[in-house]
Amino acid sequence: MLAGKPECIATQYTSSNTHREGKTLEMDYQTPTSAEDAAGLLSKDGAHVLAGGTDLLVKLRAGMVAPKLVVDLKDVPRLRGIENDSQGWRVGAATPCAEIGEHAAFAAAWPGVVESLELIGSTQIQGRATLGGNLCNASPAADTVPALIAAGAVCEVVGVKGQREVPVEQIVTAPGQNSLARGEFVLGFRLPNPPARAGDAYLRFIPRTEMDIAVVGAGVALALDAKGVCTHARVGLGAVAPTPLLVGDGAKALIGTKVDGGALKALAAAASAACNPIDDKRGTVAYRIKVAGVLARRAAGIAYERATSRK
Amino acid sequence: MTKHHVETTVNGNEVEFLCATEQTLLDVLRDELYLTGSKEGCSSGDCGACSVMLDGRLVCACLVLGVEAQGRKVETIEGMASGDTLHPLQQTFLEHAALQCGICTPGILVAAKALLERNADPSETEVRFWLAGNLCRCTGYDKIVRAVLDTAAQMRGATSKSGKAAKKAVTEGA
Repeated sequence: MLAGKPECIATQYTSSNTHREGKTLEMDYQTPTSAEDAAGLLSKDGAHVLAGGTDLLVKLRAGMVAPKLVVDLKDVPRLRGIENDSQGWRVGAATPCAEIGEHAAFAAAWPGVVESLELIGSTQIQGRATLGGNLCNASPAADTVPALIAAGAVCEVVGVKGQREVPVEQIVTAPGQNSLARGEFVLGFRLPNPPARAGDAYLRFIPRTEMDIAVVGAGVALALDAKGVCTHARVGLGAVAPTPLLVGDGAKALIGTKVDGGALKALAAAASAACNPIDDKRGTVAYRIKVAGVLARRAAGIAYERATSRK
Repeated sequence: MTKHHVETTVNGNEVEFLCATEQTLLDVLRDELYLTGSKEGCSSGDCGACSVMLDGRLVCACLVLGVEAQGRKVETIEGMASGDTLHPLQQTFLEHAALQCGICTPGILVAAKALLERNADPSETEVRFWLAGNLCRCTGYDKIVRAVLDTAAQMRGATSKSGKAAKKAVTEGA
């Protein structure tokens, strides 16, 4: 929505907002301080989760959502912060992206994940936007999702019935739809400690340098043995299908190779073959299919360089 | 409609206000606290005209609920000058004519100050990327970028001069 006259906005927001069906309703706001309370509140009819707010506030203003209750998760313990131990990394789902990017040890461990979150919106957006929000908003073009898929990230999903672990690639089910049950939310993300000789990378194509939505995004994580042979690989793609994709055939193209020209060519073919994109103002079907292969190949090249330079 | 009672700190002053859930921090700053320096451009986080600091983090006030400000620290353009003394960025923007219509200027000043506090010697590329979320439809950005780089140089000069002066004083004292 474009800017209105201030007095119009004041009028609009001092009266009750209007539901699409014509009913007026009040929007309540709660800040639960435990995961149990948060799950209970989110189970209520008309409840909507708030983390960084960079999607919700735009949808509110545009009239796309009209919740009865906004549940701000930021006071729930362990929703914010970054931890590391011998089991791996844990990133709270409501940690602002800017805070994650500033975490030097995490950025050294998962540079591709940090590349993806540093491509979201502007400096201002990154000050608020969160991994949990980027995932659960379920945009096919979400930047962090292919990178998290490549990294093998697993979500801690909490609900009234307790906690379950869900791989990132199983959360988004369709544009704007996710697999969380009513009352469930993502508490945090678990990523492994990358082994020796491992690296990841994320590349996004947009027609300009900043502040745009992915035409294609590609994340690759891989690990090499002492002889430089790829022993592990995961490939994630964004904006080329109704959901972000885990490209199993892309990983197969790399594993067992020295990530040479032939392997990269096979990876590009597998990435292109996995695409099921739409034509829109950002790119055509044919263009997205082609660029997905190119970006997957280039991201694998960067991940390989990182793997070989890491001790 | 039930309103929330919010206590927060704005530019170092403790303030309280009443707001509905759907009022953004920008709505509250402008319509409840009458701090109209932060501008409304897009109300969707694209233009940066409402840039403020929230607990030391640069954000768009249009993408924060007013009620989220409870117990937090908000800094706006109104807190940038010290009394009648402009912040070096404000002074240099005037000298470089780094503004025309002025709508984007408060947001750009707040964002640029946040950059210089983190990075005293940014490259032109770093300035341009940092300010990518602040749209200006008048200047073409070049004068803005030059003003930020010039301010950074001035502030580094002032710091190193005062450092040298202090060192000299110590030497002379000895």
